[in-house]
Amino acid sequence: MDGFFSTTLGLMTIMAAQSLLVIGFVMVSLLFLVYGDRKIWAAVMMRRGPNVVGIFGLLQTVADALKYVVKEVVIPAGADRPVFLLAPMTSFVLAIIAWAVIPFNETWVLADINVAILYVFAMSSLEVYGVIMGGWASNSKYPFLGSLRSAAQMISYEVSIGLIIIGVIISTGSLNFGDIVNAQDTAWGLFGWYWLPHLPMVFLFFISALAETNRPPFDLPEAESELVAGYQVEYSSTPFLLFMAGEYIAIFLMCALMTLLFFGGWLSPIPFIPDSPLWMVAKMAFFFFLFAMVKAIVPRYRYDQLMRLGWKVFLPFSLGWVVLVAFAAKFELFGGAYARWAIGG
Amino acid sequence: MSMGVFTFYLFAVSVVTGGLLTVTAKNPVHSVLWLILAFLSAAGLFVLVGAEFVAMLLIIVYVGAVAVLFLFVVMMLDIDFAALKAEMARYMPLAGLIGVVLLMQLVLAFGPWTFSEGVDARLGNPIPPLAEAHNTQALGMILYDRYLLLFQLSGLILLVAMIGAIVLTLRHRADIKRQDIIAQMMRDPKTAMELKDVKPGQGL
Repeated sequence: MDGFFSTTLGLMTIMAAQSLLVIGFVMVSLLFLVYGDRKIWAAVMMRRGPNVVGIFGLLQTVADALKYVVKEVVIPAGADRPVFLLAPMTSFVLAIIAWAVIPFNETWVLADINVAILYVFAMSSLEVYGVIMGGWASNSKYPFLGSLRSAAQMISYEVSIGLIIIGVIISTGSLNFGDIVNAQDTAWGLFGWYWLPHLPMVFLFFISALAETNRPPFDLPEAESELVAGYQVEYSSTPFLLFMAGEYIAIFLMCALMTLLFFGGWLSPIPFIPDSPLWMVAKMAFFFFLFAMVKAIVPRYRYDQLMRLGWKVFLPFSLGWVVLVAFAAKFELFGGAYARWAIGG
Repeated sequence: MSMGVFTFYLFAVSVVTGGLLTVTAKNPVHSVLWLILAFLSAAGLFVLVGAEFVAMLLIIVYVGAVAVLFLFVVMMLDIDFAALKAEMARYMPLAGLIGVVLLMQLVLAFGPWTFSEGVDARLGNPIPPLAEAHNTQALGMILYDRYLLLFQLSGLILLVAMIGAIVLTLRHRADIKRQDIIAQMMRDPKTAMELKDVKPGQGL
């Protein structure tokens, strides 16, 4: 058996099994995230939410997914068929492959690459294509308007996400997630994590993540009061399911990013409790709860407000923050809070 | 065929195919999509030669931003494809001529191409050594330590070009209604609404 796992075929088998494990984790979380999302909105609106399928309605998402899969795929006559079908696949696949570099524990990562954070950033910047292609290929007015909105929106907020990430990279001196989390491993438990020195950026990142994933209050691309359902109008059955799954996986990815960048990944908040991947999952679930709460309680932005917030507030603020962090890191101010290599983090 | 060679040919073939189809695709939006395929495969080639930072930048900058803007513009064009094809047939000889001239120039330039003395040794010993820094750090050292002035100057030129473009296209139209965000945010319930106590049977 030892011999087999060091051959090329054996290594490929191991890689495939690990990939399946990560995808399995993401897909199973997806089922319960959608359920959780609906339950949280229901609780905020004092409704019951899904409660029929399975105990407490836990299997509601499974039933919904099955329903989508067995329905007929309707493709509009004027649609550009290949692009129309490519769009949901793009949206789903790009959301999944970004998980390849997300670590769940010290060594639990599929691809431990030097430029991990750039890879995630690149994949999330590609996600806009699913929306644009879908909107254009539908050959219909509302989807097209929705996709134009989303193109402008996602590019705008990517700029500020990139700048916020640069602040963290400067503090760590590495683009690798493992290094970023280890740099937050100090003697002070949760007060050593990056959320404290980078506090304003945590809020900016969270809001930018909402805009980047087209979540309310920034769900302008699918604003149902203006555009019916935006770029998804013409989609039905499995293609629609892929769009929706891709969207939720991207949201969960943003939760993982928040956890890794600002909240110490798998590190335990209290120094004498051991670190564990369960911490990582718990933190991700907490941020997902925040995403759901924002959807339930914040009204939708107007489009010009969204653009103004991105370009005139977030961009200058995060750019200024990069300069401040660079300054604090260079001169190792504040006891090396911004220069973790100086305090052995 | 080893895995590396196989991946190289896979990416190389898809770069070339993507490039060809970019030119020959009938629909301009398809052209941009093929261009994106070419960019992505080129990024794959960069990863294969060990330049992962450049590969990621190629994806983030070209695919994630530049190509989105291309797509944005091309999607909104109202194009008559038949007319476009007729035009293309008319300009074909001229385009072919320019292509041949360019190819000749490249061949002529490549013929007398010589390498300076000791280039093999320099290529073999990159600065800083590979064992000490991965290529993100190496690029950073070269750009921000060695060629800091040139790098900053090129950034300044881009900034000036950007400001120039904005100044040229900026016009303030007085005849449209504008959103005054500050005024909207400063509104409070006291000034925004008035409570009336309506007596039954009287009205306001």
